[in-house]
Amino acid sequence: MRVKEKSEVNTTCYHCGEDVVEHHYHIEDKEFCCKGCQTVYEIINKSDLCSYYDLEHSPGINQKQEVRKGKFDFLDDVQIIKKLIHFQDDTHQHVIFYLPQMHCASCIWILEHLDKIDSGIIKSQVNFVKKEVTVIYNYHETSLKKVAEALTIIGYEPHISLNDVSSSKIKKHDTTTIVKIGIAGFCFGNIMMLSFPEYFSLGKADDIGLKTWFSYLNLALSLPVFFYSASEFFISGYKGLRQKFLNIDAPIALAVLITFGRSVYEILSGTGAGYLDSMSGIVFFMLIGRYFQNRTYQTISFDRDFKSYFPLGVSVINANGTEKQISVSELKVGDRIKIHNDEIVPADAILFLGKATIDYSFVTGESLPVEKSIGEIVYAGGKQTSGAIELEVVKEVSQSYLTQLWNNETFKENKKEVKVSFIHRISRYFTYALFSVAITAAIYWSVNDPSKIWGAVTAVLIVACPCALLLSATFTNGNMIRILNKYKLYVKNASVIEQMSEIDTIVFDKTGTITEQGKSEITFQGTELSSYQSQLIRTLANQSNHPLSKSVVSFLPFAKMLNVKNYKEFKGFGTSAIINEHFLKMGSSEFVLGKDSHQLVSGSRVYVSIDEEFVGYFVVKNAYREGLENIVSSLGSQFELKILSGDNASEEGFLKNIFGNKSEMLFEQKPEDKLNFIKRLQNHNKRVLMIGDGLNDAGALKQSDVGIAISDDTNNFSPACDAVLSGKNFTLLKELINYCRRQKTIIFASFVLSILYNFVGLFFAVQGDLEPVFAAILMPISSISIVLLTTGLSSFYEIKLKRLRPDKSHY
Amino acid sequence: MSAIFIMIGASLLLAIGFLIAFIWSVRSNQYEDDYTPSVRMLFDNTTIQEKKQETNNKTKKTK
Repeated sequence: MRVKEKSEVNTTCYHCGEDVVEHHYHIEDKEFCCKGCQTVYEIINKSDLCSYYDLEHSPGINQKQEVRKGKFDFLDDVQIIKKLIHFQDDTHQHVIFYLPQMHCASCIWILEHLDKIDSGIIKSQVNFVKKEVTVIYNYHETSLKKVAEALTIIGYEPHISLNDVSSSKIKKHDTTTIVKIGIAGFCFGNIMMLSFPEYFSLGKADDIGLKTWFSYLNLALSLPVFFYSASEFFISGYKGLRQKFLNIDAPIALAVLITFGRSVYEILSGTGAGYLDSMSGIVFFMLIGRYFQNRTYQTISFDRDFKSYFPLGVSVINANGTEKQISVSELKVGDRIKIHNDEIVPADAILFLGKATIDYSFVTGESLPVEKSIGEIVYAGGKQTSGAIELEVVKEVSQSYLTQLWNNETFKENKKEVKVSFIHRISRYFTYALFSVAITAAIYWSVNDPSKIWGAVTAVLIVACPCALLLSATFTNGNMIRILNKYKLYVKNASVIEQMSEIDTIVFDKTGTITEQGKSEITFQGTELSSYQSQLIRTLANQSNHPLSKSVVSFLPFAKMLNVKNYKEFKGFGTSAIINEHFLKMGSSEFVLGKDSHQLVSGSRVYVSIDEEFVGYFVVKNAYREGLENIVSSLGSQFELKILSGDNASEEGFLKNIFGNKSEMLFEQKPEDKLNFIKRLQNHNKRVLMIGDGLNDAGALKQSDVGIAISDDTNNFSPACDAVLSGKNFTLLKELINYCRRQKTIIFASFVLSILYNFVGLFFAVQGDLEPVFAAILMPISSISIVLLTTGLSSFYEIKLKRLRPDKSHY
Repeated sequence: MSAIFIMIGASLLLAIGFLIAFIWSVRSNQYEDDYTPSVRMLFDNTTIQEKKQETNNKTKKTK
């Protein structure tokens, strides 16, 4: 309905598709919402790239927020260029930019035609999944800075952070696993084919030449499987043994080794055909399982720290008043820096000039921007939201309040990897049982028929290798990861699922986690607004990009935009304009009423006056996620719940209502406090799931047994964690945890099945007459039925999730 | 029967050829991005051909 309404009364911007408010900007019959969008259209039109608009309807990125000139000046610095580019010869440089704005086919199209916009660009290629563009350009004709600017003017401002230069990132796609699988599969298939005469006893005595020829071919084909494809099992098993730890790879390596050894002996001595088909088949299936399990979501990065949040360059003001762009890592104590609107303060600094309104929501968890006056300290990580300010650096980037967290030892160790999965424990019991069977068989045959000892023992080890266990684990994990992805819970690796099934305590962060980022609850206080008044206010609020104005726009009912004159924005105070001959003012009480009302109130207020007459104010409070009460009460019956917030305690009463009095709640927690709180819980033998979103939670997320970062847009920055959960599916949390708990059930079930197969195999093996054809049939059947069982069970348990999924539209 | 010796050898060689082709395709990162090419192939060729002509002209000029 609303869309229809819009199209009747309003035109939308030809470039970005937003409502056109002022009808100032148009070229021919095309209307634009702002100067920025019009400029982009002009450039695209001039470069003959108008197919951009044919591929998708209004594909552009809104240009209301202008990018400051000189923002990319730091890209002229030779040192920075060197670190950013990937390849250079005497004429060309290759660079990869991350463009989070990329969203449609038109984006791909225009980004692959950059050469039309800047003739120095030779070629540009998009990787849409990673939202990256690789640009090859001639650096005699253009420069890195110009390329970045060219991208910016068409609306794709590259995201360049400190992280891009500080780590030596050679993110090469790992291809060795696929090659290993390919080779193992190839050899497996061919060995099987060449074993056919053996299976059907076709090789009669007169064809002895053919038989040996096939056997030797098989031997040759098995070499790459044994030495290349299976190498990781040997390496991992050996590493485990050296640390006196029997992992699942050790018995597998032993089984592969024995199978290969016995087969080589049989072929060379001419006594049999060996079990090379079974061996390469097992290796093939196990590698596929591993690949399936480790194939995580590649667009999400799980180990970002503050470096990918901080900008790369910052303007420094020299003694003579000139501005210069330098790399953030070169900032020194005493430097005077200039921070523009919407930029992040990179180091702890003292405010020197200008009006600072710092948004700390991401760094400390404070939900509302904080005003700072001159002489006050501004901590690194805050985002300036009201015009340009000048600051003097008091601490280097790596020493600041926020970044110190990363010096904590929690970030230096990789404790989670050390934890032993229950799969290794099972495999150990399995190995012991297996050895006792083998020894019993050996003792039995040494009494009855010593010639059969060797055959029986090796056959036992060949048939009953724990690869079925490995297969059930890897395929279960792989399928569960895939299903969890479907519900927008992206886990870092398979061990997270197991950790998740063991937790008993859940700790929530407040801002951005149980409240919704960028969303707020608004009420209006004052005389009731007439529809005309509301239309006036909405028109004014729509002019500004301030978060509070945006909230007001979304609160007021939709109305046609009116004619705006004399629009003025006073950074940090408010806005004013003449709309339909009415003079409107909107902003702080100081600005609107001319007096400062410093009452202690919850939420921030936006005062409005029309024709200098005060009409009332809007109260903007943070909004809790939908369904929070339900999810909290259902989680509460199963887990201990706690709240750990960096914000003040103003909402404590409300939270007590939801969480009940039993739940512990701590407010005004610094990042380190959060980390230590989790540590304390763990010392009391709690298994902690931490759910947070901001940089201030990074320590706690890392320390906890499972750290889940909530993100409303998975392309946005999220701190280092074990899993990323989309905010939309927050209400599914309980079911997701319970789903992870099924993992053990599924693995046990398929393990029991594989034990049954093992009994059949062992029955023949202990008697010392294991036919190669029998092994060759048993092996694939058991593998395939295990894979079917695990995928079937993990999909079966999904049913409950399916029923609860809030939005059924995607996937 | 001796023909089968040669036939098996030849078929294996052929299969190895395909294996090498597979390994090459993996190594040259052809599986790295499995989405963008599917969109790219739907774009109109007009501009690409123009571009080719332009680049051809350019290279001629520089020569």
